Amino acid sequence: MWKRFLPFVGAACTLLLVPALSACGSSSNGPETLTVITHSSFSITGSLLKQFETQNNATVKLVPKGDAGAMLTSLILTKNNPEGDVSFGVDNVLLGRAKAAGIFEPYSSPLLSEVPADLQADANGLVTPIDYGYVNFNYDIAALQKEGLPVPQTLEDLTKPIYKGKVVVENPASSSPGVDFLVATVAYFGKDKYLNWWAQMRANGLVVVDGWEAAYNTNFTLHGGAQPIVLSYASSPPYEQMTAKPPRADAPTGNILPPKGAFREIEYAGILKGTKHLALAKKFIDFLLSKQVQEDVPGQMAVYPVNKTAAVPPAFAKFGKIDVPAANVSSAEIAANEQQWIDAWTKTVLQ
Amino acid sequence: MAVTGLLLAVPAIFLCLFFIYPLQGILRESFFGQGASLSDLSPLVTDPYFAQRAWFTLWEAAASTVLTLLISLPCAYVFARHEFPGKSIVLAIVTVPFVMPTIVVAVAFTALTGPQGVANSALQWLFRLNAPPIALVNTVWIILAAHVFYNFGMAARIIAAGWAGLDERIDDAAKMLGAGRVERFFRVTLPRLRPAILAASSLVFLFCFTSFGVVLVLGGPQFNTIETEIYRETAFLFRLPLAAALALLQLLFTFLVMGVYTHFQARAASTGNVVQRRREHTRGETVFATVVMMAALSVVLVPVGALVERSFHGAAGYTFAFYQALGENVSGRAIFTTPRAAIGHSLGFALLTLACSVPIGTLGAYGALRFKHHGAWVEALLLMPLGVSAITLALGFIITLDRPPLDIRGSWWLLVIAHTLIAYPFVTRAVGVPLRTMDRHLREAARMLGAGPLRVFLTIDLPLIWRSLVVGGVFAFATSMGEFGATLLIARPEWTTLPIAIYRYFGRPGSLNYGEGLAMSVVLMGVTAAGFLVIDRVRVRGLGVF
Repeated sequence: MWKRFLPFVGAACTLLLVPALSACGSSSNGPETLTVITHSSFSITGSLLKQFETQNNATVKLVPKGDAGAMLTSLILTKNNPEGDVSFGVDNVLLGRAKAAGIFEPYSSPLLSEVPADLQADANGLVTPIDYGYVNFNYDIAALQKEGLPVPQTLEDLTKPIYKGKVVVENPASSSPGVDFLVATVAYFGKDKYLNWWAQMRANGLVVVDGWEAAYNTNFTLHGGAQPIVLSYASSPPYEQMTAKPPRADAPTGNILPPKGAFREIEYAGILKGTKHLALAKKFIDFLLSKQVQEDVPGQMAVYPVNKTAAVPPAFAKFGKIDVPAANVSSAEIAANEQQWIDAWTKTVLQ
Repeated sequence: MAVTGLLLAVPAIFLCLFFIYPLQGILRESFFGQGASLSDLSPLVTDPYFAQRAWFTLWEAAASTVLTLLISLPCAYVFARHEFPGKSIVLAIVTVPFVMPTIVVAVAFTALTGPQGVANSALQWLFRLNAPPIALVNTVWIILAAHVFYNFGMAARIIAAGWAGLDERIDDAAKMLGAGRVERFFRVTLPRLRPAILAASSLVFLFCFTSFGVVLVLGGPQFNTIETEIYRETAFLFRLPLAAALALLQLLFTFLVMGVYTHFQARAASTGNVVQRRREHTRGETVFATVVMMAALSVVLVPVGALVERSFHGAAGYTFAFYQALGENVSGRAIFTTPRAAIGHSLGFALLTLACSVPIGTLGAYGALRFKHHGAWVEALLLMPLGVSAITLALGFIITLDRPPLDIRGSWWLLVIAHTLIAYPFVTRAVGVPLRTMDRHLREAARMLGAGPLRVFLTIDLPLIWRSLVVGGVFAFATSMGEFGATLLIARPEWTTLPIAIYRYFGRPGSLNYGEGLAMSVVLMGVTAAGFLVIDRVRVRGLGVF
């Protein structure tokens, strides 16, 4: 009588055992597999990746893990049993935390000779800079014209009453561009005065949202929102022009780039400690620094290449020129003071 | 007897292996891991910020629940008592919001109520206004509106499943004794609906309480909930002890809420489910039903319609360009998913989740019932995965399921397990409603006549619980289709699901990416609606229509 239930018991056991069994039996005797852990915005041209795979008789497995912060938390927690061999996406704001956790294996690529010294400053041979971007305000050209507003030139301009309620920024506690820009204001105004500017912005109707996706896709006037000035990247205007459908000759948005008023975010790639494919990992980092990949990153990730010899697309040179210096803050300083700056900002702007 | 016991242990084993074990792993690592110190917990007590967040979370969840119930009760009535052509389509449509990723809902609401949205443009044109009159974005009202939008379909369907099983003859008796319509509703129907209403409102409350995306995207930082705080502390501020403490608090709260609700449910009158015969409706009832259905459809279709319109609207007029672009990998990206692939992956995971969560959920409901005095709390334990923070669970998986015999970190089974974990509570909760109100004598009579346990289940229980089983199944399917938080951390690009693909598009600037994000969202809604229609076709022989 109880035999009737054997099929059900069997099914239940299978449900629990199959996952374990199926995962056990996956060993490959063929090419070496390199697992690269990235954040969700990572992108590279497929044919370039294939070239690397053929040249090195390897398979590259890309594993996106949410935003850079979530990725780093995951890497730190799995330090003793890392999920991959290389990681891409830790930036100069997160670098301090990554260094303290000791998750990277030092490596200095020979191609670093083609990277300007100031981009290598914080990395010190532990990680390798691959690309960088500027975090600054974008403005909607048509929207400002329609309202008859002049284009703001400096950060102080944004506190003027004519821009009341017209600026949206991301929360530094939950957004990468948000914290980047906060650090820039600390450097730009000075540790004693940056909160005054933020308090003035709050009084001027500053809108704060939690993420770039929300700010850009729902608050920015470009997509039907109420704010013509949004905190984004210097590469967003050229990217808008490059991907416009139907094609257009000019960019619908522009950059507000006061000298030292933007943040330069540098993204690094690093070899994870405990990797079993060290040689291949080193080759992959060299590959990321090669001229071909460096010329690929603007179109794929809307960032600028670190390699001096790499050319940027014409749209970037035209609509995303970043010839002004960025705010100067070291990753060590950021790591030491980030929490305190964010807390102070929260009290000034949100509470 | 022993085998039945073994079967009922399945949900418990599943919970222990894939919920409790990973959870204790991440909690231990957070509290006692490297670099952690218990002094990190001090802000929890010293900073009034957290108490404010907790209070706000409670308030908005309660307000959203009440609003949702007010809107879903009339809908539940129509679903339960009226038949009309196209009813399954209406049911599918009101369930679609449940799976929409929040960035999509935000875009839809902006398309509708934003300064350049449909509503404002219409009002400005009508009344010759200079500035857009509606400014809902980043206010608490839009959070409440979004919560109602998400949940009223689920609440309406769970309550309708319970309502459809109520014996109408009791209503008739009251009518004969002279009770008017309103009096009948409040004194005869509502008390018997209590189990279903409690089940639905507990789910809605919990949902709003642990709401992550909605608050994050639509509300802005003034409206943080505990869930968004957990994400922030884990991924951005890296204060793991604090994140773990908040996650634990949220879990305990879920347990308490579910336990209390179930406890009150258990005390509701037992009525038994019966066969309904088709009834005629008065003209007044038909008009009322039509109005309610139109209102329900508008709540969903108006924002969704704005979204669909946008997906066809390029800079130069109406175009299919965004849909066409979905299938083209113009920039030759290494990680690129065609819509067909994304649909295939999403459906695959959703169907597997359905197949796993229906048995586990049903067994859970039966198992909880075996505990005469503490059944409510056992069920609450089984429902706890609903209150876990997605990022905490995902990290728990990553750090504990990485060595044999459970080395499934890189396997797609992990995703199925993660989805099943948050999907089976719907089945348990939904099925629990008829199970508690079922007349036990029917079962006993069948046993006495010689039927084995399986036969009893198939011939007595199933015809009485199938409606709730279908509703639970629909929402298990929906949960999997729309799951994003845990999937983001566990999924591999080879098995990209629709929500991940959508998020990828909205994460980049450019009008093409924006348009493709909209197009993919429409695809997601269409596929899920189709899925609902298929699942709703399940009928158990011999018993009227739902």
